[in-house]
Amino acid sequence: MYRQAQWNEKVIFELGGKGRRGYALPSVEDDVLKLVGSPADKLPKAVVRSQPPRLPALSEAEVVRHFTRLSQMNYGVDMGFYPLGSCTMKYNPKINEELAGAVGITELHPNQDESTVQGILEIMYTLSRWLAEITGTHEVCLQPSAGAHGELLGALIMRAYHKFNGDAEERTELIVPDSAHGTNPASGTMAGFKIVVVPSNQNGTLDLKALKASVSGNTAGLMLTNPNTLGLFEEDIAEIADIIHKAGGLLYYDGANLNAIMGKTRPGDMGYDIVHINIHKTFSTPHGGGGPGSGPIGVSKELEKFLPVPQVAYDKKRDRFYLDYDKAESIGKIRSFYGNVAVLLRAYAYILSMGSEGLEEAAQISVLNANYLVRKLSGIRGLELPYAKGRPRKHECVFSVKSMHKDTGVRAMDVAKRLLDYGLHSPTTYFPLIVDEALMIEPTESVEKEELDRFVEALKKISEEAYSNPNLVKNAPYNASVTRLDEAKASHPKTMALSWRMHQNRNIIKAASS
Amino acid sequence: MPKAHVHPYIPNSVPETKQEMMNEIGIKTIDELYTDVPKQLRFTRKLNLPEAMSEQEVSRHIEALLCRNKSARETPTFLGAGCWHHYVPAVVDSIVQRSEFLTSYTPYQPEISQGMLQALFEYQSMICELTGMDVANSSMYDWSSALGEAIRMAVRLNNRTQVVVPRIIHADRYATLQTYIEPLKMHIEKADYNRETGLINLESLKERVSEKTAAVYIENPSYLGFIESQVKESAEIAHDKGALFIVGVDPTSLGVLKAPGDYGADIVVGEGQPLGNRLNFGGPLLGLFACRGEMELIRQMPGRVIGMTTTLKGDKIGFCMALQTREQHIRRERATSNICTNEALCAVASAVYLALLGPEGLKELGESIIIRTQYAMHKLNLIKGVKTPLFQSPHFKEFTVNFDKTGKKAQSIHRTLLKKYGIHGGKSISKEFPELGQTALYCVTEAHSRHDIDQLMQSLRAALKGKR
Repeated sequence: MYRQAQWNEKVIFELGGKGRRGYALPSVEDDVLKLVGSPADKLPKAVVRSQPPRLPALSEAEVVRHFTRLSQMNYGVDMGFYPLGSCTMKYNPKINEELAGAVGITELHPNQDESTVQGILEIMYTLSRWLAEITGTHEVCLQPSAGAHGELLGALIMRAYHKFNGDAEERTELIVPDSAHGTNPASGTMAGFKIVVVPSNQNGTLDLKALKASVSGNTAGLMLTNPNTLGLFEEDIAEIADIIHKAGGLLYYDGANLNAIMGKTRPGDMGYDIVHINIHKTFSTPHGGGGPGSGPIGVSKELEKFLPVPQVAYDKKRDRFYLDYDKAESIGKIRSFYGNVAVLLRAYAYILSMGSEGLEEAAQISVLNANYLVRKLSGIRGLELPYAKGRPRKHECVFSVKSMHKDTGVRAMDVAKRLLDYGLHSPTTYFPLIVDEALMIEPTESVEKEELDRFVEALKKISEEAYSNPNLVKNAPYNASVTRLDEAKASHPKTMALSWRMHQNRNIIKAASS
Repeated sequence: MPKAHVHPYIPNSVPETKQEMMNEIGIKTIDELYTDVPKQLRFTRKLNLPEAMSEQEVSRHIEALLCRNKSARETPTFLGAGCWHHYVPAVVDSIVQRSEFLTSYTPYQPEISQGMLQALFEYQSMICELTGMDVANSSMYDWSSALGEAIRMAVRLNNRTQVVVPRIIHADRYATLQTYIEPLKMHIEKADYNRETGLINLESLKERVSEKTAAVYIENPSYLGFIESQVKESAEIAHDKGALFIVGVDPTSLGVLKAPGDYGADIVVGEGQPLGNRLNFGGPLLGLFACRGEMELIRQMPGRVIGMTTTLKGDKIGFCMALQTREQHIRRERATSNICTNEALCAVASAVYLALLGPEGLKELGESIIIRTQYAMHKLNLIKGVKTPLFQSPHFKEFTVNFDKTGKKAQSIHRTLLKKYGIHGGKSISKEFPELGQTALYCVTEAHSRHDIDQLMQSLRAALKGKR
């Protein structure tokens, strides 16, 4: 069985010793110092720091060892299967990392003269055209730093569009399905909309009747991922688009699940007006433990004028790429500069590596892998596939362990934790909200059949364990760096320790063995 | 790439494997898995993208494109203004490129993600030490969006309708703030500055702050590089009217400048890029976000926060995400923010960087920057017609350089410097601040040697001698 490193590594503030250092700055030239004098005299008394910040003091090797040990207590895609649903944890190609480390990108300042950044502008421009082609949209803005940032921008563009048409005061409602990612309602609220939730029907797709009942002159738009979070294609999408458009609203595509449909169908062709793309999912860039990501949005021709500035553009006459600040109705800025360019560069490399056929094949195999899992996991005791049995899934599938829970007391979270013992990352748990005891599984195209089979075997084994010795599963994991953590303690006002200084001031978190 | 090959990234593309899996599912073609996509919506042509390239071809193609860029390595660059050139010690990249960190997702399963969680906890803790705050989150996208979120947080706390910011603020940051709070129908006012010193005009600030003010925001060092010394006074003006006091920082200054927590800040935001992250043409950046430790503030914080805990058995210390009930995946439309994916790996880079420098190193960094900046201003002032800085205040790493008396435009001087002398001068701010005339914002850090600065001075002098 799997064994993760257990270093019992101390918090860095407890390491090192006074006077040590991990990096020495170049010293200031003597004559410069002589000319300028002491820096302390230059500072206004009111803001001089009397004591340096209480940072740890470590030698270079100590820093390296500390963080290397920490890294060994962290599971990544490079170590094995990572079937987190809706997160598209595919392989992150090494060549892309190498290219993103080149000085031609790492040492480029965003305010450099256009003549000195033609290469990177060309990459950004071309990538935006490719993304427009893949999503079937007119123009792509590369600026959002993450999917949720793209959603916020999309929702703000909806708002700007209705304002432009003079009916922003009435159009205050944004519709989201009950199966939506949590970011959808959160982004809508940030953009000033009231959220109207529409239920899913018994097939797990959007309930058209309920949708029709929800739209009105107050409708600003609908946010809908397709395939949805159950991995089902919203086959009524054309009618849905029609309902929203007739009501005067806009249709927004949450791109978290784009991987399933590349080259097979396009959001723009389905009638979506605004589309976001999770570069760090579909286009293979590493998640880095939570970021940086990148969440460009594509929009229809009608909405182009609302995009933030600047857009990367190409002047054919001069054969020059440039930053275009000329957008009549731009919503302004959503961040500094032009986007997470180092992430976008990796996506550019990925698309080149794949080509159009490769991307379509990635979509197809991600769907093949998901349906293979549906087939192999069906029949495992305590595991059920809710909604639309017999209908193909797309890139992901959602199983419920409701009956296992009823029979044995073992919950989805317990199954997830036990999987860790088998050296497999767990699926997403308790999502979508319309499935009880949910395990949301997205294998992606990067995983070989043997690993899928290993996952199936592990779940079979865990089911057996649940029915024969439920406590074994309930107390998992055993082989990770730590056993199950008390997450409630971390969030309770009486015990919370959100920083080292908070911990020291309160001194509440203590372990028996340390 | 030869067509017959199975793509290296897609193992189950091997025809036999594919067939075996299709047999298992009970289908004859993969297209049967797409039958629920209505016919009229099926994409029937090929995507208009280039043919797939082999790794070698991709590498050659992209390297050729990147070679068309002129990096700060080849062209001495004196640009700052929100993204700064600092030296990144080799250890930083070697740690953040470790694939255990690089290829992991958000630590939703804390037991096998202790490494990332502890590293982020350490990052948060170090940011708290720098800023004098009790709690920091594990990152925002950048300074600008962090500022937008900070003002939104203030409004959640006091439900007020107006905010006051300094007149001297980066245009991107101001525009982002506007975008973030536009849906709240907030009103932003700018407090004027003292023309002599650049410092915030306290009278102007006072006039604008009232019971309607949700927050007063100041920056230290200011966008134009001088050190804002009237921090206590500004905090008092805010607090007198019950407004929050929010401070924006460049963290490389916090080895020498007072922690904002020591002069009354309730929330601190800033840009973490200079702590071990590279320029990358302006992204990714790293938004700093920290606040005081009162529960009512903590509950309204945006973003992920990592906390310390123990195992359920109580035998070991561990780390996990805390206060997730504020976040979108639990609270949905009532979440404090929609942010989930953030800049975690950049935060780890900053933790490694700060650990390498340590308390003395960070202080030396600040001192070294101040001395070099001072030296650069001294040198440039020797050039006829050049005046730097415009403001009679101490400066940190950026400073205004005015060219009014040279009779030339800042932009044209910039072009000559670049074209003729291969030096990238500062950013022209004549459009942002027309009242400052032909002025550029220059930046000097510890990465600029005395030689770089002397070369700038000589080239600038020569450039100004040329024809108008």
